Amino acid sequence: MSRLSSRDMDLAAALKQLETGLKTPAPDWAKPKPSGRRILSLHLPRFAMDRWQIMADRRGDSPPADMPCALAVDSARGAMIHATNHAAEAAGVYIGARVVDMRAICPALHLDHADVDSDARALERLMLWSRRWAPWTARDGADGIVMDITGCAHLFGGEDAMLLQIEDRLAGLGLNSASAIAPTHGAAWGLARFGAVRAVCPPDQLETQISALPVRALRITDDTTLLLNRLGLKTIGDLIAVPRVPLARRFARAPLVENPLMRLDQMVGKLAEPLDAPDDPPRFITHARLPEPVQDPTEWIPQLAQDLCADLEAAGFGARRITLTVYRTDGDVSSVTVATSQPSRDAAHLAKLFDGKLDRIDPGYGFDLITLAAPFVEQMGKLQHRLDRRATDGSELAQTIDRLTARFGPRGVLRPAPLERHIPERSEQWRPAMAGTPDPAATHPRRPIRLLEHPEEIRVLYAVPEGPPAQFVWRRQVHRVGRFDGPERIAPEWWADKPGTRLRDYYKVEDQHGLRLWIYREGVLGDLRGAEPRWFLHGLFA
Amino acid sequence: MSRPTPKDATLSEVFSPRAIDAAAVGFVLAHLDTAKPVLWIQDRLSRKETGRPHLRGLPRPIEIIHVDANRPVDVLWAMEEGLRCPAFGAVLGEVWGDPAVLDFTATKRLALRSEAHRIPAWLIRRAATAGLSAARNRWRVASLQSLKHPWDSRAPGAPVWEADLFRSRWGKTGRWVAQYDGTRLTFDHGVEADAYDDQRREAEG
Repeated sequence: MSRLSSRDMDLAAALKQLETGLKTPAPDWAKPKPSGRRILSLHLPRFAMDRWQIMADRRGDSPPADMPCALAVDSARGAMIHATNHAAEAAGVYIGARVVDMRAICPALHLDHADVDSDARALERLMLWSRRWAPWTARDGADGIVMDITGCAHLFGGEDAMLLQIEDRLAGLGLNSASAIAPTHGAAWGLARFGAVRAVCPPDQLETQISALPVRALRITDDTTLLLNRLGLKTIGDLIAVPRVPLARRFARAPLVENPLMRLDQMVGKLAEPLDAPDDPPRFITHARLPEPVQDPTEWIPQLAQDLCADLEAAGFGARRITLTVYRTDGDVSSVTVATSQPSRDAAHLAKLFDGKLDRIDPGYGFDLITLAAPFVEQMGKLQHRLDRRATDGSELAQTIDRLTARFGPRGVLRPAPLERHIPERSEQWRPAMAGTPDPAATHPRRPIRLLEHPEEIRVLYAVPEGPPAQFVWRRQVHRVGRFDGPERIAPEWWADKPGTRLRDYYKVEDQHGLRLWIYREGVLGDLRGAEPRWFLHGLFA
Repeated sequence: MSRPTPKDATLSEVFSPRAIDAAAVGFVLAHLDTAKPVLWIQDRLSRKETGRPHLRGLPRPIEIIHVDANRPVDVLWAMEEGLRCPAFGAVLGEVWGDPAVLDFTATKRLALRSEAHRIPAWLIRRAATAGLSAARNRWRVASLQSLKHPWDSRAPGAPVWEADLFRSRWGKTGRWVAQYDGTRLTFDHGVEADAYDDQRREAEG
C-alpha cells in the first residue's frame, strides 16, 4: 500500500471537495438501524502472558512484577514476540518484533516459548465457563469472547453491574480484561478495545460513541487501516462524513476484512452479523440419591458406571477421566478421579479403577448423594468383540496400564522412550505409560543393561596414567580392574549444558569377580575446567 | 545343551549372590523370546541400588512398561495384575531382600496364574536367601570372567554367567556356564563351571 491507486485518487478528490467545499450535512447512509440486540464483547489483551504468569505462579517460580517478560513464537523471520507484560511494554518491547531486536533494546528481557495451541484451548474453556452469564457465547478471535446478552443483563443487576462482575471474576482468575456492551458485535468489539472503560452504548447513542473510535476499531486489516489513515480518515466519524459512492467504488471488490464500508454497516446494524455459538460439549454424569446416609460408596459404583457407559455409548463417546463425587450430609464434598489411557466405556473396567482409592474419602456422618461424571471424553466408535469376548484393539494392555496407574499414579507406571542425545542418562526419557507407545530404540552394544539413577563417585586407589584406575573402591568394596574397554569419549552438549561442564571418558571394566562395570572420568587433566578429574560409576553390564 | 528347563511359561526365580551383579538381568532377558511388551516391576531398593533398565543397553529392542513400586507387596500385586493381561510377553519383578509377603502362598499364586495365562513370570531376588518358595525353577546366576574379545586382548568380551539351577520342578538341576550371543542362550556342562570356578579361585589367589 505504498502508493495510492487511481481509485484512491478519485476518493481523495471527493475528500478534498469535502474539505474545501460547503459543509454538507452528514450523510444519512450511516444512520444506525434500530435493533433490540445487546452484544457484550470481552477483550483479553494479555491472555497468553496472563496464562504463562498463572502457570509460573503455580510452579512457584514466577518472576517479579517489574521484570520484563515476553513470549516468543517461531516464524519465517526467526523468533517473534508474541506477548509481553507491562514491564516489557514499558521497556519498549512490542508484539510482532523480532526477538533479537528486542533483546538489544532490553537485555534483561526474560523470554519463554508461547504455547499457542494450549492458549486456544484455554480460551475455548474460558468461553464455555463464561456461559454462566449468557448462553449464547462464542470465541472472538484469539484474544476475545463475544456474548449475546439480550435479555440477560437484568439477572446480574443491569449492564454496568454485569460488566463489573465479569471483569472482577476474570481478575480473580488472574486475567486482564476489557469489556463493552453495544447493540452490535462490531460496535461492542471496537468499544471494548478502543473505547472507554466498561463502555455501555445504548442504541440511540451508537453513532456518537462509535464516531470517536479510530478506524482500527472497524476490525479491518492493518493495511486497510494504513490506507484510510493516508487518506486522512483517522476516526470512524471521518469515514461517516465521506459520501458513500466513492467509498463504495474504492472498496467494491475488497473482502470483508479489508472493506471498511461493510464493517461499518455491520457496526451500525445494517448488515446482519449473526453470532455463531458452538454447542456445549456433551456432559456425562449419573447420580444416585440415597434415602439414608451411607458410609461406603462401593456398592453403588457398578450401577453408576453402567448408566454412565450407556450414556456414553448412546452419544458415541468414551471416557478418558472419571470422577466420583460424594456429597456428605454435613455439606462437605469430596471426589476421586481416575484416568484411562484410551477412551473406554467398559463399565466393569471403569468401576475397577476405583479399587483401593475410596479409602481416601472421609465419610464423616455419611453421604446421601453420589455422582459419577466423565469430565473428559473422546469420540469413540462402536467396537466389535471377538467370539470369546476379547477386545481386538489392544484395549487389554491399555486397561492393565489404567489399573496399574490407578494404583501407582501416573509417575509410577512409565515407558522409556529413546531420545537422540549423547549423554547416556538423557538418551532415554521415562514417560507416563498412559501417554502412548514410544518408538522402538536402537540398541547399542557398548551400553550397560542397567543405568544407576545418579552416577556414584568412586575412590581411586591406584591410578594409571592412561586408562581406568587399576583399583578403586565403590560402596566400600575394592574392585581390581582386570580387563577394560575404552575410552569412549562423550562430550558435553554445549547447547544444553552449563559452560564449564566437563567431558566424560567412559570405560567398561571387568573386576576380579567378573563384574562388568561402566565407569567414567569426568574431565581430563589440564582442561582448565576444575581440579583433578573425578571418577564415577554409571552402569552395570550383564 | 541349549536349555535345561522346558520352555513352558511358569514362575522362575533368579537369585543374584552379589546384589550389584547385573548377570541375573541379562540371564532373564536372554530367556525372553517375545515381541510383546514386557512388564517390569522394581521395588524401591532394587531401583536405588542397581538402577533402572537402560533401553539402549538391552540385548535387543524390547518394549518395556516399567512400574516403580515402593513396597514388595506392590510388586506382587502388579505382577499378578500383569499376568492377567494377555498383551504382555513376560512379567519381571525385582524384589530386594526377604520380605515376609513373598512367601510360599504368594509365589504359588504367581506360578499358577503364570501357567494359567501362559505368560512367563520371573522374579529377580537380590540380597535374598533361598527360602521356601513355589517357583518352578530356581536359579542362582553370577558373572564369570568374560570370554576373550575377538579383536582386543585387553578388553572384556562376550559375557559368561555361572548358572546354578538348584531346584526345578520338571528339569534336572545342575550347574552350567551360560552364554548369550544376542540370539541364542547356550549352556555348557557343569564340569566347565567347576573349571571356571577353579580358575577364578586361582585368580583371586
